[in-house]
Amino acid sequence: MSAALPPPGRERIGASALRPDGPAKVTGAFPYAGDLTLPGMLHARTLRSPHPRARIRAVDTAAALRIPGVAAVVTAADVPGVATYGLIGPDQPVFAATEARYHGEPVAAVAAVDARTARRALAAIQVDYEPLDPVTDPESAIAPDAEPLHPGSPGYGPGGPFADPGHPNIYRQLDIRHGEDPDRVGPVAVEDTYVFGMQDQAFLAPEAALVSPAADGGVDMALATQWLHSDQEQIAACLGLPEERVRLTLAGVGGAFGGREDVTLQIHGALLALATGAPVRIAYDRVESFLGHPHRHPARIWLRHSATRSGDLVGVQARVILDGGAYASSSRAVIGNAVTHCAGPYRVPNAHLYGASVRTNNPPCGAMRGFGVPQVTFSHEGQLDRLADALGMDPVELRARNALAAGDVLPTGTPIPGPMPARELIELVAARPLPPPLDPASPGVVSGLALPGGRPAGGDPARVRRGVGYALGIKNLLFSEGFDDSSTARARLELGPDGVARAWVHTACAEVGQGFVTIAEQIARTELAVEEVVLAPADTAVGSAGSTSASRQTWMSGGAVRGACAAVADRLLARVARGLGLPPSVVEAPRRVLTLRDGEIVGPEAGARIPLVEALADGPVEAEYTHHHRRTEALDARGQGDAHVAYTAAAHRAVVDVDLDLGLVRVVALALAQDCGTVLNPLSLVGQVEGGTAQGLGVAVMEELVTVDGAVTNPTFHDYLLPTIADVPDLDFVAVTYPQPDAPYGVKGVGEAPTGTATPAVVAAIRAAVGRDLRRVPVRPADLVDPSAVDLATPRPADPVTLGDDHDD
Amino acid sequence: MTMLGTDEDADGGPIVGPYHLHVDGRLHAVTDAWLGDSLLTVLRDRLGVTSVKDGCEQGRCGSCSVLLDGRLVASCVTLAADAADARVTTLAGLPVDGPAPAVQAAFLCHGAVQCGFCTPGFVVAVTDLLTRHPAAGEDEVREALAGNICRCTGYGRIVAAVRAVQADLAAQADLAAQADLAVQADLAVQADLAAPTGEAAQP
Repeated sequence: MSAALPPPGRERIGASALRPDGPAKVTGAFPYAGDLTLPGMLHARTLRSPHPRARIRAVDTAAALRIPGVAAVVTAADVPGVATYGLIGPDQPVFAATEARYHGEPVAAVAAVDARTARRALAAIQVDYEPLDPVTDPESAIAPDAEPLHPGSPGYGPGGPFADPGHPNIYRQLDIRHGEDPDRVGPVAVEDTYVFGMQDQAFLAPEAALVSPAADGGVDMALATQWLHSDQEQIAACLGLPEERVRLTLAGVGGAFGGREDVTLQIHGALLALATGAPVRIAYDRVESFLGHPHRHPARIWLRHSATRSGDLVGVQARVILDGGAYASSSRAVIGNAVTHCAGPYRVPNAHLYGASVRTNNPPCGAMRGFGVPQVTFSHEGQLDRLADALGMDPVELRARNALAAGDVLPTGTPIPGPMPARELIELVAARPLPPPLDPASPGVVSGLALPGGRPAGGDPARVRRGVGYALGIKNLLFSEGFDDSSTARARLELGPDGVARAWVHTACAEVGQGFVTIAEQIARTELAVEEVVLAPADTAVGSAGSTSASRQTWMSGGAVRGACAAVADRLLARVARGLGLPPSVVEAPRRVLTLRDGEIVGPEAGARIPLVEALADGPVEAEYTHHHRRTEALDARGQGDAHVAYTAAAHRAVVDVDLDLGLVRVVALALAQDCGTVLNPLSLVGQVEGGTAQGLGVAVMEELVTVDGAVTNPTFHDYLLPTIADVPDLDFVAVTYPQPDAPYGVKGVGEAPTGTATPAVVAAIRAAVGRDLRRVPVRPADLVDPSAVDLATPRPADPVTLGDDHDD
Repeated sequence: MTMLGTDEDADGGPIVGPYHLHVDGRLHAVTDAWLGDSLLTVLRDRLGVTSVKDGCEQGRCGSCSVLLDGRLVASCVTLAADAADARVTTLAGLPVDGPAPAVQAAFLCHGAVQCGFCTPGFVVAVTDLLTRHPAAGEDEVREALAGNICRCTGYGRIVAAVRAVQADLAAQADLAAQADLAVQADLAVQADLAAPTGEAAQP
């Protein structure tokens, strides 16, 4: 390793401490889930339905089992426990048994001596399919007479754990009615329907796990996931094992963005390990990753906004339809977020907001960064621009005039909790300097590199138009609607092998790249006044940390680490107080007299100092702490209730150049102002908002997982376009840092909000450049150059991908 | 599992005879590989070089970037057998007297690493770029690195890291140039001193 790498960070909260896993990552030594091996390890692959919908008459595995080197084949018949699983309710079969309900649904899995043999075995499995007509239009799926797509769906029908959603193909519907007259329409009204394509998380490391059969009949699993304990619960139920015999350890995770919140290959791998008695590596390639995890919900959103002639909002009415695909995943929660956010960061006296998440034969959809909010942010911001047009008002002024402020009442009937600087943010971002106009003589234009499409496209600079667009949005933080959310941490202050005092911290928080490991160390250093911190591997031997999602881990697991460390400090100080013979009142509240500071305990009298090393000579001090956020409420029948713990707000300004002939867009500049709470690590903060912005830019102009009649046509990085370094400009970022009163240190989660606002800002800029009424993302070249390309629902024509034969690595 | 050169495999093609790969200055024997095996597969599965990442199998994400005889390639779309006579350089084999150590340090210090899965490929690609073109302009840097996908960072900190390394290289080049001038001046003085009085020093 290079001597040039900086030493490990020693910073406390508020400083840009460097990642503790950074040196291993920049030298390539960091072990991701797919890098793990064990002696005698078998390789597992998954057989998937090539049909979006098909009856399964028979599955014959005999020929596959005869192939030398094949150790086991498992199907639905081999699931010993509950046959279904799911993040919120268990409705998804471990393997399709009688019917495959989406393209790519797992039907069988194979373990063999190597991946190639496993693939051969997949080809030898005979599945007798009877293709059925898939239902792929959400509106058809919820027509009153529509056939149920998953009759008897566990958990989602009458008698299940959830209230009857009222239609067999609806996961959940809700209807928010707010104000004196929820359907009131003011004198200036605009209405439109917005369409949001299916986005994929496209984390860079495909799914992988290494599963070992254990002596107690259970399994040990090292895997990439977002939520160890949710996985553990679902895996154990399907294996028919007590949870304590399903032990999970987090392996290196190569990104997540919501795409690892659902179980994918975990149960399959465990079944194969138990069937063979050997360790099994189960892994996906990119095509399987696209087919194997739930995506961001495609949405169709009708909105009507109305205002007084002076520009004060009067009413908002909405109909939000999210396509949840074949299985529920988190569709119940995502629609809750979408509908409660669809009036945006604005004061709305009257609102009638309806939404449903719907079952179809499209791919299942669930969590992705923003969780239902990007779809509605794109839509309400399109409306604000239309309304500004109708009023003849500046779009920034209209937003600022109606922006929510602290204490304003939300459509759900309760005041917004915590600071809400929405107006400040849109005004801040509007005041940032604009980039210089396109200069035909500049090297970038002459070379073509700075033109839409870059050098090979070779567009005519004279046919390039510039546009500027704005967007403002809010995003809820943490889990909502009454969910009793918590995170547990264990901390210890001890003497290391070198005799130096150090902190040891254990949580089950999934580090997926966001930098919790950095924050956890900074918090431990801050609370325990030591330099050295050891983080135990995240696993199920400690209490749940909840999911790495919903912008929640800095707040929730950060709060848990802080609480555990503070409890350790209290116990140590109490022990020292006893040792000093201080009165019981001091032993009970030692911080009144004793202070932990920079490796020593400062005593009651001036100059009395006890080195930490001495104080720890009697043994280490350990404590556990579980952090809860304030309780929220379920929404009532009118959609009223204190549903969300807290919010963050963000405002983006985008500047784009559009080539009018080629229909290509170059995002020239982006500015972001965001409400960030107290900043624990400025470098991490910038990384989160830049990454979130890029994902919002992606779905604005290029990212879409396309389906035709339910079949995914582009499940590869060749065909699913992702923003590259040439597509994303520098971000001009302004952080606004009002502390959140009920959060540890006043933090807020920051990663999701800018994903929601980047998309509408970019699209608004494109609208401004070309003068077209764009209501669908991603905006495709044809949408910009083809006068007939205005049909919102028509996907790009493409040939469906055939699975199986040409599916190879 | 099979005899050399005899087994036809539907997805791998025939087994090729044993060959050698020169990886990071070491010679590795590869036996029983399929003709269709990519360099990525052989590096990861047979030689245990796991810093080379498998992100897309299509040459689109750059996670598997290596140098083949000094040329930047995606090892997932390079046949291993084709690399038999070439020098393969992975992250670990980048010259320590080149920009690589500074690139690694800058990625760490400037926040260019989040999940880190793209990082080895990026370090190889940035090192390659800065070796060939240390003063590349911003547009050239972005074009040169457009074959490497990062899904976490939005690229802002990666651009910052590259700029920082370029600034260091430029400063070093300035220092070196100044040092060079100083040495030349020194030599000239010495030559003057050594030259017989009244006669020009011979070149």
